[in-house]
Amino acid sequence: MSGPAVIVADRVGKQYVLGERRPFGVLGDSLIAGASAFVRAFKGGRTEPSPPSSIVQALDAVSFEVSEGDVVGIVGRNGSGKSTLLKVLARITEPTSGQTLVHGRIGALLEVGSGFHPELTGRENIFINGSILGMKRREIVRRFDEIVGFAGVERFLDTPVKHYSSGMQMRLAFAVAAHLEAHILLVDEVLAVGDAEFQRRCLGKMQEVSRAGRTVVLVSHQMGQIRRLCRTVLWLDRGRLRGLGPTEDVLHAYEAASISTEQQSSGGTFAGWALDDGTTQLVDGAEPFSVRVRLGLRAPIHNGHLRVAVLDPDDEVVAGWGFDALELTPETPHVDVAISQLPLRPGVYRWTFALYDDGNDATGGRLVEQWMAMPELRLGGTPHGHVQDDWAGWLNVPVQLHVPSQSGDLASDCVASSTGTSVI
Amino acid sequence: MSVSHANPFNDRPTYRIAPTRGWAPLRLGELWEFRELLGMLAWRQIRVRYKQTALGVVWAVIQPLSTMAVFTVFFGKLAKVPTDGVPYPIFAFAGLLPWQMFAYSLTEASTSVVANQQMLTKVYFPRLMLPLAAVAVAIVDFAISLALLFGLALFYGIWPGVAAITIPLWTLLAVITAVAASLWLSALHVRYRDVRYTLPLLTQLWLFATPVAYPTSLIVSERWRALYALNPMVGVVEGFRWAIIGGAWPGWLPLVTSAGVALALLLCGAYYFLRTERTFADIV
Repeated sequence: MSGPAVIVADRVGKQYVLGERRPFGVLGDSLIAGASAFVRAFKGGRTEPSPPSSIVQALDAVSFEVSEGDVVGIVGRNGSGKSTLLKVLARITEPTSGQTLVHGRIGALLEVGSGFHPELTGRENIFINGSILGMKRREIVRRFDEIVGFAGVERFLDTPVKHYSSGMQMRLAFAVAAHLEAHILLVDEVLAVGDAEFQRRCLGKMQEVSRAGRTVVLVSHQMGQIRRLCRTVLWLDRGRLRGLGPTEDVLHAYEAASISTEQQSSGGTFAGWALDDGTTQLVDGAEPFSVRVRLGLRAPIHNGHLRVAVLDPDDEVVAGWGFDALELTPETPHVDVAISQLPLRPGVYRWTFALYDDGNDATGGRLVEQWMAMPELRLGGTPHGHVQDDWAGWLNVPVQLHVPSQSGDLASDCVASSTGTSVI
Repeated sequence: MSVSHANPFNDRPTYRIAPTRGWAPLRLGELWEFRELLGMLAWRQIRVRYKQTALGVVWAVIQPLSTMAVFTVFFGKLAKVPTDGVPYPIFAFAGLLPWQMFAYSLTEASTSVVANQQMLTKVYFPRLMLPLAAVAVAIVDFAISLALLFGLALFYGIWPGVAAITIPLWTLLAVITAVAASLWLSALHVRYRDVRYTLPLLTQLWLFATPVAYPTSLIVSERWRALYALNPMVGVVEGFRWAIIGGAWPGWLPLVTSAGVALALLLCGAYYFLRTERTFADIV
């Protein structure tokens, strides 16, 4: 997207002085500090130089631009400054350096329902929460039915929110926030909660919002979500901007970086993998293929267990296998995993190997090592699933639809094959 | 953070997000923009306050009346505080009215920022709204009590005179004082939770330093009146009582002193609040 820039951040920085974030600023502490300084001075001792105050640079000279209508994902490990950046953009906390220009009204869904009061009814809370988010009363009245419908709480509108299930509260809160008429929407991990159906609806809503030309900035740990929603990704690492660009480019670098961090702690039990031809290139999941995993055992394994699992972008297991009663020695050069077929949607999958000694996970075996296999498994082939991401799922099997003709003549039957898209 | 209007999107506001240096501007336009939020916050507090109480909104009437009854027994009957012939209950109630608005504002507003930290750390809105909403609720209570006071005055055969037209003036002075103290305490409370423990003692001492239960003439001689009126609530209570039940004009000096102190407190309170509000979300 190359619309005009709606957010222009120029060397934004945010410092926290450690201690400033203490839960309680207690006057007593200041008094004690003052008193002890006085005592020291009185004793005639040298006044100790005050210790260098520990400063945490939560954001360090972060510059970027967001174009009108873009959907930007922010990724990074915990503590990398993602939430701080959102809070600065939402004007909840002030930066300590740099400046940002924002053109348009900002709506922040940093945590939905923060203004809900348990004693008040759903109806009352919609109005209060709406106005906290910056909606005008007229605006809330106009969109009231839409909000209630989206949350699905029609029957409980006049019940105090404290009697709502937590799911209902969530839905109501998100519904209010999603109907906010903002030019720019900031979203922080809201979708990490709620059931699958509701998450699907939220994702749909966000796609709708971005299709309507509004700008969305989203923080998520779920790479699948980012892949599905975002066109651009901004990668923060310890407060610094480490990558900014098209989703797949940045995510690939980000994931490679986080995998290589994990690999450094590898014990060398697994030394690498390759296909029959010695490469790690694209394989067709519809065909049989074999994977050779090189081993570097230091001690023999008795009654061992090998676990192999293929993960989706959210690190959920899509397919997994276990092999028991393995007898391996340090001399065992490799094992071969022969896979008859792996009919998954074409795409790049992370996968892991884990080796246990003397039993498996369930029978009290000892984990020798778990390995996040590098490189990732790249599956090719023809996609067969639904073209819409939400409805494609993970299995990739060809399916045909037959519609009989009026005459009953089989030859003139209409036959349709499903055609789909890959994960990425 | 300020709003300017030079941007490629003519119909939209542009916000500049940068560290504030020096004097923080009081963004009146923004306060106006969020005026509905002020109403909502006050309304929420009113709705919630008497939930799950048997007497409900009757409490708004019982509270000042019961304090008046206690004062009448102890100060009126037992201590026989002189009131220049005015029935003691009316005398006390006329003083309690602005006082209770002030005390309620103080108690509610001082905790308002901390109590709403959920909102504070998740949503942007002018933080001033929180203490202001607490004062707004106190004003609603005040209006109910005022109606009650008129009823009580008629019951004792006292007809408000021409002076009654100055009631809005004293109310305004009371509100200014309440807002001033609320800004100070709510902002201080974010950093120093000690405020919560100091507050009951503070309001109690302040009550006895204000001529609510007794007339000024009882404890302060004419010479020290101006000094006494450095407590802005002195001017508020005296003026208010004069407007309701007449009697001797309290004199310009104490009134002007009180008003001056109240305004000064308001200005530096607002300055302190706006200076510290930028760090509220970090330290709350």
